[in-house]
Amino acid sequence: MTATVTSAATPAHSFDAPPTAKRRDPWQIVRYLAIGAALIFALFPIWFIVAAAVNPSGNLNTTQLIPDAFGMANYGDLTNARPFWSWYKNTLIIAGLGSIAAVFIGVCAAYAFSRLRFQGRRPGLMTLLLIQMFPSLLTFVALFRIFTDLGDVIPQFGLNTSIGLILAYLGGAMGGNVWLLKGYFDTVPKELDEAAKVDGASHARVFFTITLPLITPILVTVGMIQFIGLFNEFLLASVFLKDVDAQTLGVGLNALLTADRNKYFGAFCFGAVLASAPIVLIYLSFQKQLIGGLTAGSVK
Amino acid sequence: MTKSPWIVVKWVAITAALALLVWIGGKFAAAGSLWAVVGVSFIAMCVLAIYGTTRAVPMKYLFPGLFFLIALQIWPIVFTVMTSFTNYGDGHMGTKDESIKYLIAQTVKEVEGTPRYAMSVAVKAGGDVATGDITLLLTDPKDGATYAGTPNGLASLTDGVEKGPTGKITAATGYQILIAREVNARSKDLSDIVVPTEGGGIKTSGLSEAFVGKASLQYDAAADRLIDTATGKRYMPHNALWVPEDGQGQSLTSGWQENVGLRNYTDALTNETLRNGFVKILVWNLIFPLISVLSTFLLGMGFALLFNDDRIKGKGLWRSLLILPYALPGFVTALVWRQMFNQDQNFGLINKTFGMTIDWLGDPTWAKVAILITNLWLGFPYMFLICTGALQAVPTDVKEAAKIDGASGFRTIRSIIMPLVLVAVGPLLVASYAFNFNNFALIFLLTNGGPFEGNQTQVGSTDLLITYAFRLAIGGTTPNFGFAAAISMFIFVIVALISLQGFRRTASLEDVN
Repeated sequence: MTATVTSAATPAHSFDAPPTAKRRDPWQIVRYLAIGAALIFALFPIWFIVAAAVNPSGNLNTTQLIPDAFGMANYGDLTNARPFWSWYKNTLIIAGLGSIAAVFIGVCAAYAFSRLRFQGRRPGLMTLLLIQMFPSLLTFVALFRIFTDLGDVIPQFGLNTSIGLILAYLGGAMGGNVWLLKGYFDTVPKELDEAAKVDGASHARVFFTITLPLITPILVTVGMIQFIGLFNEFLLASVFLKDVDAQTLGVGLNALLTADRNKYFGAFCFGAVLASAPIVLIYLSFQKQLIGGLTAGSVK
Repeated sequence: MTKSPWIVVKWVAITAALALLVWIGGKFAAAGSLWAVVGVSFIAMCVLAIYGTTRAVPMKYLFPGLFFLIALQIWPIVFTVMTSFTNYGDGHMGTKDESIKYLIAQTVKEVEGTPRYAMSVAVKAGGDVATGDITLLLTDPKDGATYAGTPNGLASLTDGVEKGPTGKITAATGYQILIAREVNARSKDLSDIVVPTEGGGIKTSGLSEAFVGKASLQYDAAADRLIDTATGKRYMPHNALWVPEDGQGQSLTSGWQENVGLRNYTDALTNETLRNGFVKILVWNLIFPLISVLSTFLLGMGFALLFNDDRIKGKGLWRSLLILPYALPGFVTALVWRQMFNQDQNFGLINKTFGMTIDWLGDPTWAKVAILITNLWLGFPYMFLICTGALQAVPTDVKEAAKIDGASGFRTIRSIIMPLVLVAVGPLLVASYAFNFNNFALIFLLTNGGPFEGNQTQVGSTDLLITYAFRLAIGGTTPNFGFAAAISMFIFVIVALISLQGFRRTASLEDVN
C-alpha cells in the first residue's frame, strides 16, 4: 500500500485542530455532500416504493419517482383482491407468539448452560453451534412431511395453520439464541444467586425472581430480534401456508406480485409500506438495544 | 424450600401438559399409528419424571428446547442425511410393491358383462369428509359379501354392516359414510382410485357403482417381471425402474425408492453434466459472499467514519435514515430491486434514470452485478451499525496519542483505528460470509438463479448451491430429493469449515467454561 506517502499530503485532518467558528473548514462542505450522497443511495429505493404506493394509477408502467397524482386507489385494489388484514393478523400472531415462546425456551436453556453443571454441557453447546450450520432450507422436505402427517391426525397443528408454523419455527429456538443469552447470563454475578440459595431459595425461585429480572434488557432485545426475524420469514411460511387466508404478509404479497407483476405493483407497494411499518417503528425506537444485540459478543 | 402456592401452580401445569399429551395420543391411537402413540407416551413419561420429581434439575430447563430441537431440527436433518443415500424423488417415492400395484392398477379396464358392485364412499370415522383418505365400501352382487377397498387392497368387512335395499352399505363400524353431496364433491378423487385385486382392480363407475376390471399389465413374481399382456412386452427391474427387457422403448412411469449408496455424492463430483454445473456454481458461490462482505464492509465502514465525525450536525437523524434499508423486510426490498432492474426503460428505474439499456437480469454477467449491487444496498447498514459500534469503542486516549505523535487523520485511521475495528468486527465478517454463502432469499427473489443459458434448465448463471439444491428438491418439475440432500451435505461441510475457521481465530470458544 502506498497510503503512507499520500496520507502525509492529505490535508484531511480529522483529529487535529478542531475548527473554530471563525475558520470555515472547506472539507465541511465535502462531508455534507458525502452524507447527502449516502442518504440518496440508502433512501431512493424506499422512496420508489412509497411513490408507487400512493400513485393511484397503480401499475408498473406509470410508476415514477415523482407521482403525477396522489390517492388511495391502491389500498382499495389490495384489500379487494386479497385478505390483506388477515395476513396482517396471522403475521402478528405468528411473530408475537413465536418470539415469546422462542425467548422462553432459549432463556431456560441458557440458564442451565450458564449456571448449572451437568455432564455433556460443553459438547452440548458445541453441538448446538454445529447444528445451526446445516442449511435448514433443505430440511423443509422433512418438515413438510412431518406436518402433513401431523395435520392428517390433528388438523389444528397441521399445514395451513399458524400454530403448526410456530411449532416448526420453535425447532431452532434453543440453538438460535442460547449462545447470546448464555453470554449475558455469564455477566450476571453468581454471588447473587448463591446468596439466595444459602437463604434457602429453590433453583426455580432463583431463576424466576433473581436472575430473570436482571437480564430483562437482553430478553427484550432478543425478543425483538426474534420478532423481526419471524415477521420477515418468508421461505418456510411459503412452503407451509397454501390457503390464501392462512398466509402471512410476506407469502401473500409475494404471491400477489407473482400473479400479475404489472397490474398489482401499486397494490404490492401499498401493502409493503403497511407491512414494513411495525418493523421500522421497532428499529427506530429501539435502535440502541438492537445494535447492542446484533453485535453482542464481539464489540465489547 | 418453603411450601409455597407455586407448588400448586407447578402441578396444575404438569397436569395440563399431560392432559394435552393424552389427547394427542388418543388422536394418534384413533388413527392407528402405533409408533406415534409410543412416542407421545414416552414424552409424557419424560414430563412426569423431569418435572414431577426434584431430580434432574438441568433437564427441567433444557427439556422444552430439547424436545423441539430433536423433533423439528435434528430429526429433519437425520432424514435429509438418510435421503442423500437414496434415489428418493419424482417417480421414486414408494416401495417396489407399491410401484407394481400402481402400474397394474393404471391399466385396469372393464370387461364387458361382468357384474357391478354396489358402492358406498366412506372415510375413517373421525376423518374429514372433504380431505380424508377414501375407502370404498363394496357389496358383491352375487353372494352379498361386503368388502372395504382402498388403494392398498381389498379387505373383508363384516363389523356392524347394515345394507340398504339395493345392497348398498349404509353403516359400518369404524367408517363414516359420505352423503351424496359429499361424494359428488370428491368425484375427482373417486375417478382416480383403484383397488388392486388379483389380476386387475376395482374402479368406480359413477358415484354408487364399481366394476371389477382386468389389467393388461401382469406381474410374474417368480421371474420378477412385469408383462404387458396386450403387446407381450416384458419389463425388468433396473436402477429402481421397470425397463423393457429387449431394450426397446420407454421404461414404465413409476419406479421405487432404493438405497443408492454414495452415488449421489459421486455423481456430483464425477458425472460430466452434473459436475460442470456443480463446479460452476461452487466457484460463484465462493466469490459472491466474498465480494458482498468486502463491498458492504468498505461502504459501511466509510459511512461509519463519515458519520462519526463530531463536526456533523444531526448525526442521530442521519444514522436512523441510513439504517432504513435494513429495517424493511427483505421480501419487499428484493422484489422492488427486481423491478428497478427491469430492462425496459418504461419499467426499469435504473435504466430510465441513467439512460442505459442494460439487460440486467437477462445477461449472465450483468445479473451477477445486479445481485452484488442489491446485496450491497441490503447489507451496508449492518456493517455501518457494527463499525459505528466498534469506532465508538476505540479509546480516545489512543487517538490523542496518535495526534500528539503527529499522525495525520488518514494515518490515524489506517494504522490505529482500522486494526482495532477489525479485531472487533472480524468474527462478524466471517459470520456474514457464512450467511451470504447461503443467502437463498436474495437469489430466489431477485433472479431465481437465472438467467438460464442455452438449453440448460437446471443450472442458472447466478445459482448458489442452496438455490440449486432447492430447485432440485422442491422447486422443479421433477424433484430429486436424494441428489438435493447430497448437495446440502456439501453445503453443510463447507459452511461448517468456514465458520469453525472463523471461530478458531476468535476467543468466542474460550468463553465456554
